[in-house]
Amino acid sequence: MKELLSIRNFKAYYQTSSEEVRAVDGISLDLNEGEILGIAGESGCGKSTFSISLSCLFPPPLKYISGEIFLDGIDITKLNTQEIRKSILGPKISFIPQSSMNALNPTIRIRNFAIDIVKQHEPKTTRENIIHRVIERFESLSLPKDVLNRYPFELSGGMRQRTLVILSTIMNPEIVIADEPTSALDVSSQREVIELLKIMVKKKIMKSLIFITHELPILRQIADGIAVMYAGQIVEIGSVSDILFNAHHPYADVLMSSMIVPEKGMREKNLPSVSGTPPDLRHAIKGCRFADRCPEFKKDCREKDIEMVELTKGSFVRCIHPLRTKK
Amino acid sequence: MYSSSENKEIILKARNLLKIFGTGKDSVIAVDHINFDIHKGEIVSLVGQSGSGKTTTAQMLLNLIKPTEGNIELNGIDIRTFQGRNRIKYWQKVQGIFQDPFSSFNQFFSISKILKDSLKILGSNLKSGEKDKLITESLESVNINPKDVLDKYPFELSGGQRQRIMIARIFLIKPQLLIADEPTSMIDAVLRSNILKLFMKLREVYGTSIIFVTHDIGLAYYVSDRVFIMQHGKIVESGDPEKVIINPQHPYTIKLINDVPILHQQWEFKLS
Repeated sequence: MKELLSIRNFKAYYQTSSEEVRAVDGISLDLNEGEILGIAGESGCGKSTFSISLSCLFPPPLKYISGEIFLDGIDITKLNTQEIRKSILGPKISFIPQSSMNALNPTIRIRNFAIDIVKQHEPKTTRENIIHRVIERFESLSLPKDVLNRYPFELSGGMRQRTLVILSTIMNPEIVIADEPTSALDVSSQREVIELLKIMVKKKIMKSLIFITHELPILRQIADGIAVMYAGQIVEIGSVSDILFNAHHPYADVLMSSMIVPEKGMREKNLPSVSGTPPDLRHAIKGCRFADRCPEFKKDCREKDIEMVELTKGSFVRCIHPLRTKK
Repeated sequence: MYSSSENKEIILKARNLLKIFGTGKDSVIAVDHINFDIHKGEIVSLVGQSGSGKTTTAQMLLNLIKPTEGNIELNGIDIRTFQGRNRIKYWQKVQGIFQDPFSSFNQFFSISKILKDSLKILGSNLKSGEKDKLITESLESVNINPKDVLDKYPFELSGGQRQRIMIARIFLIKPQLLIADEPTSMIDAVLRSNILKLFMKLREVYGTSIIFVTHDIGLAYYVSDRVFIMQHGKIVESGDPEKVIINPQHPYTIKLINDVPILHQQWEFKLS
């Protein structure tokens, strides 16, 4: 499998004149062609900041601090805004926003969004060509093409979000980043969007997908691998079944056992009781960031910063007392 | 522990509840002739997608809006007798908790004042010392150290803390029935279990009946004695969660449950 994206010790902080929030604090990961990576974590863990950072545009007060993001071997953190807008966003990396209602101007017909997007990158392509291309895309994914003549508010929530997925990927991006793309939808529309994304990866319309959510059951349905984030860092990364049923980091384990799903046996399950809140990222933290809340806490957890270690191939954990490991 | 099968005492009856918003051709039937009973100490979930009428039902049960037709009885007394000044008597028995812990509090009042004001609903002439004792007890019931919050303002607390203070209010008022409208949807999963345990404790200690209004089918399955599935203002299926959620019969329920992502089974995808 070809490696598409490689991120090394990437840091992006929110900086104002008086304060600094270490929102993304040293993230490393690799993404292969054809792979769907889920990023899971709770509010404030930095997962959305990380996803914005992948555009390398860093809207203030967000600021690039250090690290590299290699896309096809090129470190895109070194490119300037113009180069990024021209050659990265759209053809290489594309974003699917969370709320399709806010992302689409209600006074513009869907087909005109498509024309706008393509014209940005290929000014010479004619409107007819573009519309033809979009119709083909709709048809190949079994979606009604008359959506193109409608205004965003005329579409149901689920259809609007699926339309947004198609518009965001019209330039055939290599990597698509979807940040909670289904959280505003009911379960049936959510399923339609997830199926659409999965089919698009299979059909190679996009080469790989990063799916960000706080809901692990969704990742079970779509992802190949999961990275669990806590307090600005990845604490564990591994295959879906490893993270869900065989987590090594105590936080990943707690997150998983907190999931409530309607399946047999759930009513007998005891939910974990972890109190407290994640640490304040305005201050430097020594040692493990989950130490205060960790059910497995030991004295040496706070002594020094914890590095990611590889347990088995492709499975990394940021813990010195990992669960379920043979000693 | 209370359970619905042992305890058949009915505290609330809803009969033929109908709510129509608007008039003429613009009218919308939000709740369409629904009927149910709530027993003492029972936990019931009202499950539905957005627009199914579940929140409108909750608002009628809280005596915040009037039904267009139909009737609600609390302990055998018609809800219409609790109007004007008497509404407060209804709220001594039936209380609500809402989704957004940010907008549930007045930002300009300290937690101590908010909780003291909540006691006014009981209309009792407690001395200041007794009030403080009750407030301390209620905060301890929800695992909050009173010293940490009493002098603070709502915006100084985290979402989880705020929602726990909402629940502390319930421990203070001790209503017969609590209507919780999406109480955990803005709380992180890891903290959600703590909040759910507090609801269970409320039932265990005071025999409070709870109606959860939610779109989260997993939650409904986990906490309820009975679930009601709502669609287009009607209750389409109701009963024991093992029956309704694991073996649904109504086509809408079947489709709904089938589309919820679960952990031990993967959806099949068809490549068209």
